[in-house]
Amino acid sequence: MDIKFSADDLAFRDEVREFFATEYDADAAQQASGDSGEAYKASVIAWQKKLHAKGWIAPGWPVEYGGTDWTPTQKFIYETERGLAGIPDVIPFGLKMVAPVIYTFGNEEQKARFLPRILESEDWWCQGYSEPGAGSDLASLNTTADYAGDHYIVNGRKIWTTYAQYADWIFCLVRTSKGMRKQEGISFLLIDMKTPGITVKPIVTIDGNHSLNEVLFEDVAVPTENLIGEQDKGWTYAKALLAHERTGMAEVADSTRMLEKLKQRASVEVNGGKAMIDDPIFQTRLSDIEMELMALEYTELRVFASMAAGGMPGPESSLLKIKGTEITQAIQELQLQLAAYYGGALPDDLDSQQLGHDFAFEARGKYMYGRAATIYGGSNEVQRNVIAKAVLGL
Amino acid sequence: MNFEFTEEQTMIKDSVSRFVRDEYDFDTRRAIVDSDEGISREFWAKFAELGWLSVPFAEEYGGFGGTVEDIAAVMEELGKGIVVEPYASTVVVFGGLLSASDNSALKSAVIPSIIDGSCMGSLACVEVQSRFEMADVATSATAVDGGYKINGEKTVVANGGTANKFIVTARTSGEQFDHEGVSLFLVDASAPGVEVKSYKMMDGQSASTVKFNDVLVAEDQLLNAAGKGMDLIEHVMPQILIGLSAEALGIMSTLNSTTVEYTKVRKQFDTPISSFQVLQHRMVDTFMACEQTKSMLYRGLCQAGDEDRNTLLKTVHALKAMVARYGKLIGEEAIQIHGGIGMTDELNIGHYVKRLMMINVSFGDGDFHQQKFNQLSYSG
Repeated sequence: MDIKFSADDLAFRDEVREFFATEYDADAAQQASGDSGEAYKASVIAWQKKLHAKGWIAPGWPVEYGGTDWTPTQKFIYETERGLAGIPDVIPFGLKMVAPVIYTFGNEEQKARFLPRILESEDWWCQGYSEPGAGSDLASLNTTADYAGDHYIVNGRKIWTTYAQYADWIFCLVRTSKGMRKQEGISFLLIDMKTPGITVKPIVTIDGNHSLNEVLFEDVAVPTENLIGEQDKGWTYAKALLAHERTGMAEVADSTRMLEKLKQRASVEVNGGKAMIDDPIFQTRLSDIEMELMALEYTELRVFASMAAGGMPGPESSLLKIKGTEITQAIQELQLQLAAYYGGALPDDLDSQQLGHDFAFEARGKYMYGRAATIYGGSNEVQRNVIAKAVLGL
Repeated sequence: MNFEFTEEQTMIKDSVSRFVRDEYDFDTRRAIVDSDEGISREFWAKFAELGWLSVPFAEEYGGFGGTVEDIAAVMEELGKGIVVEPYASTVVVFGGLLSASDNSALKSAVIPSIIDGSCMGSLACVEVQSRFEMADVATSATAVDGGYKINGEKTVVANGGTANKFIVTARTSGEQFDHEGVSLFLVDASAPGVEVKSYKMMDGQSASTVKFNDVLVAEDQLLNAAGKGMDLIEHVMPQILIGLSAEALGIMSTLNSTTVEYTKVRKQFDTPISSFQVLQHRMVDTFMACEQTKSMLYRGLCQAGDEDRNTLLKTVHALKAMVARYGKLIGEEAIQIHGGIGMTDELNIGHYVKRLMMINVSFGDGDFHQQKFNQLSYSG
């Protein structure tokens, strides 16, 4: 057993490292991330355009549509280096969610119309899946699309729509037929956000920020040319996509970096003159997390190795999302604990330097918003149902 | 990158697995545990014949020339059958220390007899006050003409009753807790002044209190330089911890699969209890616990070859701590989900759990190793 990379792979790793180090402006991104408005959007698009210019914007896509021809190993190295460098992933809704559906199930016109603009970050996409009555039980959705000749009339509400306030387009699951199994009769529609009848209502989350929204559709006319694949078959397309989404949710590299930061901060923060990192109980809380992360790193490598060998990911892959999010949350919890009182301070009236504990705002925000990680992408309870059925045969 | 066992390793793994499946069923094991010696000499001879006893030894001594990966492969399969024959104590611990010794005369004399099955051995290192601290050695070895005279008492010496030879930690210099001054001696169990009193442990294996009363050993029975015994122990410790953890992994996976299968056939309220979500989620948690432990074991195997020392040590401390934590979780869940039948001595579940409990306390429990991990990771 070994985890050695070939010389070519190591050279590739150096190239990725070099590119990230020279091209990514961490300070500017950090500044923009505090701003939930246009500055944030502009900074994301600027970085994604740089990635596109380099040809690295869509490693997961087939080469013919603008993907890279990277081996599984190279993709793994790229993701790991991105996480270690602290660079956020690309906004997934266009590049990782709708694009695979379009190039897999869409027609030639749809591919030509949408894919290039996604690659160039010209269109910002958002995801219209969840509804007030359809969360983990996604197939219970009620937004309707009634066929009316050359268009559909869409009515309903979508919720938890991340960055709908920036979006040019939304991809939606809508109900086109009733009276069958709830997974049937669902269609996959692409909708222009500028269409009359669409209203975006902000949802402020417990971290005080606005990234989520409710999107209301009132008699929204959508041309039938925006239907992906066949009417009533949308669930099949969405399910194929969800499987795509689940691998790569362990975020080992990101957690590794966050844990290192946490350790540095714990060596600065003191209690009674003694560094928190020297406190035996705090050390044990740290090592509880670190040991789990060390194991998860190898779980991820095991999954990756079986995929690189051309196999399917084994049963161990199903735990990546659960364990990955649990570890991320545990780091966020400990970081907030480290911030003590200062974790409660809101940034409205002061800047973080004044606090003397400049990670405190981040600690609060990450912890509060971080609660979402075990809810989205199939809640961790749903993930357990999946493992129980698919892996344990229960 | 590769997480497969080699063809050779797979062969030996399969051979142990076949033996456990075909010849070591639970009734057979119970009869062995209840026998006078508590082990089967017949099976031990078979292990020798099949080459399992030669796994970690160099080819120049007639060994298989295996690595820690080979040991892990064998131990995991032995764990699945909770095999009570003293493989860990003789081959992995006693044999491991001997292999790492620089006393080649001693090695040539003893290793072939381990391989052919005629010599069983054990490490006598624990004292009544020492708990997990190996350098806490009050047993003394005083220099006399031509050698040393050993006095002291060792407790819970694994399989001491069947051991022909002991490796004994004894102090040749320094104070009670000093790292320096601990020496390793090979002592014959039949030597004058050696007194062995054996007792059963809850995992079906036996242990012994071994007293050394003015036991004379020649200087050439030292495994390495006098006073440097702890260096040798620490050198071999990762391999010992990995071997025991592999055995634990075999037990954990067996407990999980046995429990999952049981819930599919056990009916309550007119339905298999496997249909209850509250049980499903608990079994998913024990599944994940087992996979994470396996990943940590593989991490140790990947780092055993050439990683720097502290990287490997961090991993093996984490591994042993994880085996403790998740072994406890899996054992307790197996009993709970089985319900009343899980409480019975008749069912194998409790016996797997008790072996896990003994592995936990062997060479340091979970808290001990987590503390070592903390020291390496966060101090200084």
